[in-house]
Amino acid sequence: MSETVIEPLIFEKSVPGRAGLPWPACDVPTTDVARHVPPALLRRTPAALPEVSEPQVVRHFTRLSHLNFSIDTNFYPLGSCTMKHNPKVNDRIVQIPDFAGLHPLRPHELSQGILEILYEVERWLCSLCGMDAFTLQPSAGAQGELTGILVARAYHEHRGEKRPVVLIPDSAHGTNPASVAVAGLTAVTVKSTPDGHVDVDDLAAKLTPEVGLVMMTLPSTLGMFEPRVKEIAKKVHDAGALLYMDGANLNALVGLLRPGDVGVDVLHVNLHKTFATPHGGGGPGAGPVGVKKALEPFLPSPRVAKENGVYRRKFDRPNTIGRVHGFQGNVGVLIRAYAYMRLQGVEGFREMSESAILAANYLKAKLTPLFPKMPAGPCMHEVVVSGEGAFGPGVKTLDVAKRLLDYGFYAPTIYFPLIVPEAMMIEPTENETKETLDVFVETLRKIIEESKATPDLVKGAPHTTPVKRLDEVKAAREPRLRYLPNLK
Amino acid sequence: MFVAHTPEQKKEMLAAAGAARFEDLIAGLPRELVRPAFDLPGSMSEMELVRHMEELAARDHLAQSYLGAGAYEHFVPTAVWSLALRGEFATAYTPYQAEASQGTLQSIFEFQSLVAELFHMDVANASMYDGASAAAEAALVAAKHTGRTDVLVPDTVHPQTRQVIETYLAHSGARVVRVPTPSGILEPAVLAKHLGPQTAALLVQTPNYFGCLETHVAELSDLVHKAGGLLIASAYPISLGLLTPPGDYGADIAVAEGQSLGLPLAYGGPYLGLFACRHELIRKMPGRVVGQTVDKEGRRAFVLTLQAREQHIRREKATSNICTNQALCALASTIYLSLVGKSGFQKLAELNFQKAHYAQGVLARHGFPPVFEHPFFNEFAVRCPSPPERIVQKLAEKRVLAGHPLGYYHPDRKDQLLVCVTEIKTKADIDQFGAQLAEAAR
Repeated sequence: MSETVIEPLIFEKSVPGRAGLPWPACDVPTTDVARHVPPALLRRTPAALPEVSEPQVVRHFTRLSHLNFSIDTNFYPLGSCTMKHNPKVNDRIVQIPDFAGLHPLRPHELSQGILEILYEVERWLCSLCGMDAFTLQPSAGAQGELTGILVARAYHEHRGEKRPVVLIPDSAHGTNPASVAVAGLTAVTVKSTPDGHVDVDDLAAKLTPEVGLVMMTLPSTLGMFEPRVKEIAKKVHDAGALLYMDGANLNALVGLLRPGDVGVDVLHVNLHKTFATPHGGGGPGAGPVGVKKALEPFLPSPRVAKENGVYRRKFDRPNTIGRVHGFQGNVGVLIRAYAYMRLQGVEGFREMSESAILAANYLKAKLTPLFPKMPAGPCMHEVVVSGEGAFGPGVKTLDVAKRLLDYGFYAPTIYFPLIVPEAMMIEPTENETKETLDVFVETLRKIIEESKATPDLVKGAPHTTPVKRLDEVKAAREPRLRYLPNLK
Repeated sequence: MFVAHTPEQKKEMLAAAGAARFEDLIAGLPRELVRPAFDLPGSMSEMELVRHMEELAARDHLAQSYLGAGAYEHFVPTAVWSLALRGEFATAYTPYQAEASQGTLQSIFEFQSLVAELFHMDVANASMYDGASAAAEAALVAAKHTGRTDVLVPDTVHPQTRQVIETYLAHSGARVVRVPTPSGILEPAVLAKHLGPQTAALLVQTPNYFGCLETHVAELSDLVHKAGGLLIASAYPISLGLLTPPGDYGADIAVAEGQSLGLPLAYGGPYLGLFACRHELIRKMPGRVVGQTVDKEGRRAFVLTLQAREQHIRREKATSNICTNQALCALASTIYLSLVGKSGFQKLAELNFQKAHYAQGVLARHGFPPVFEHPFFNEFAVRCPSPPERIVQKLAEKRVLAGHPLGYYHPDRKDQLLVCVTEIKTKADIDQFGAQLAEAAR
């Protein structure tokens, strides 16, 4: 079969003998490698890396970049992912040679600048979230969850209690139960009410002495603030359990409400969402975990401390759950988050969250005439709509999402949360102009009209992207996960 | 900051939302807790911020570094980050909408291909957080695959890698079993004593934490396989321009810290966990993976695949909880390896080897003899005439990092310093370093 190719693989541009990056000549007296290393330890066949020139590499990756939608090029209303502007100054800051060249095992005397940044990031997060301590080690939200769950588990075990059950609402992200499983605990699902809040009666019934942790996303994955959160926290604490907050949606709360104040004991924050570090096409992120004082002894080691004006890393932590990162975590991401904190200042954060909430509510109001099942009342930073009854015959949420691509909008998060049929989760963030939001609403209106007048047009979408709908079944049935020259 | 709504627009938007004032939108929040006071500074302009950050960075200014021990200073060609930081890559999300994400998806496919080729393994995933968590996830895969409990970790594995594995295994039913390595490498006879019916895997790191090549790796591989366990190999990617890749000595899973492939040291991250395995383990492999397919018009295209393993489908039954990984770092490595190329990569490894071997001789002549006689790549331990911590401190005053004192994790090696020399050092640098060390030891 002859396939059409949008952009050849870098391997397909390779020509034997073409020189890549020139290295300087070796300026030390050389020795015969074979004198030092037995033949069995020497590579027999060199790795078949591409043989391409720098101009080819530059053009290849620039052309690949053109095949992407991104925040820098498109409105990216991906709910729960907080696709907001990543300040360009941060690209410059992380490339300052004295930051880029920091070895992670440096003695503290030569790390005072970076340790101050880490210390300050922790202080900002503690203050904004109403927590007493943060670990900055986790590399992403899911690793933060795992860390938080392990910390809660260690807390209970230290008190001589075995509490193997974690309660999770049915609206939770898949990483929640997966992290519980990796922590060796059992996830039990709590029902939601028809309007998407935690079913407090179901929660109360399941809050047995076996329960060590209750995980909630706040605002919820439906973009709503949990109205009974303080009551829930009290029930959880009365049962001897801890309250965990998945901070994926924190962008709605910064400067407005401290999670610690409503009774949250442990939370993770996705710096690549609320604190504007780039998503990078799937990372690197950072998932710092904050805790109340009683849980601090169990946080990962090491931690940064300030003693007599000198910053140090503290390793002597007898009750720690251990280490979750080979070194100090995704420090480059933490530097970006610190810079963002300083740019925003506390007032800027408040304006940020308020504007995100305002934009979502504006969208919600404008979309209400288009979606018959739109719930009443205000939302927080994102609006979750159900596509049920909104589209023409046979047209699904997936089709509408794909059609949005044709109009230059990335698709919202779809089919999540699982409890909303044909869900479409739209998060405008504080950055998008009213003009963009208006065009987006008009576009959705137009697509809905198309779905009724010409449903096949929508079902066949996208039409204008570099490739059209993919054969995902083929990809999974006959996995081809790498380039092999004899398998063209 | 970065809010685009004018005061007039805010009023319009509030009115459209049916709210008289903003407070109506957050009426559901507990009123007494809203807008607390914060003890935090106000905002900085970009100009002030740049100056502030440059001042912080300058405090940690350094002249020279001979510190390795798991993170390595290599030359990064300018094109790597000028391409990787393009907004179309850096500000895109995980490529769930494949039609609008082919750039990211194809680059990940190329990354997987390069990693598999480098390790000489069948397949690789789209990346893990770092080398340590990649090793931990490999240990979990081995325990699940074999249904056994013991993951053997010799003392020649980086102690911080072992610590992360211990955290991940703590409640999995599996455990880390440490294997002593007094000679600086893992001896087959010592391994044999630790193998048994509960052996799930052996983790071998080569070059190892002490800089030595694990010279018996083929024999170790045979031994663990005969005992019914898997071989997990951790390799230093740059060394694979010269040294045998894990696939050639029978590794079932290969992992690595990928930082050396174009990523800055950045005080420990973001780095890049590399994870590759044999075909048989594909469906147990953690993390995202990109596959090749076609679109409905027959064009070649790439898509996230085998998602049935992953948390967003399988929830508590997933093979791992990983979701976001290190995609942008993987992209940077892909660009790096493309720029360096086939012969450049061999030459790079050779440069590291030669410079480090020259340095070992220089240091020996200055009274810092090698600790081990095993072959090494670009890192070696020396015996210090005075306590290594003091030498490190004295050179730190000159803003030089002398190396990594091995006594920190290995109390029986209190007189030893681990020194790393990569391609970026010149002969003059090395000669000067030798003299500085000798002076500091006086």
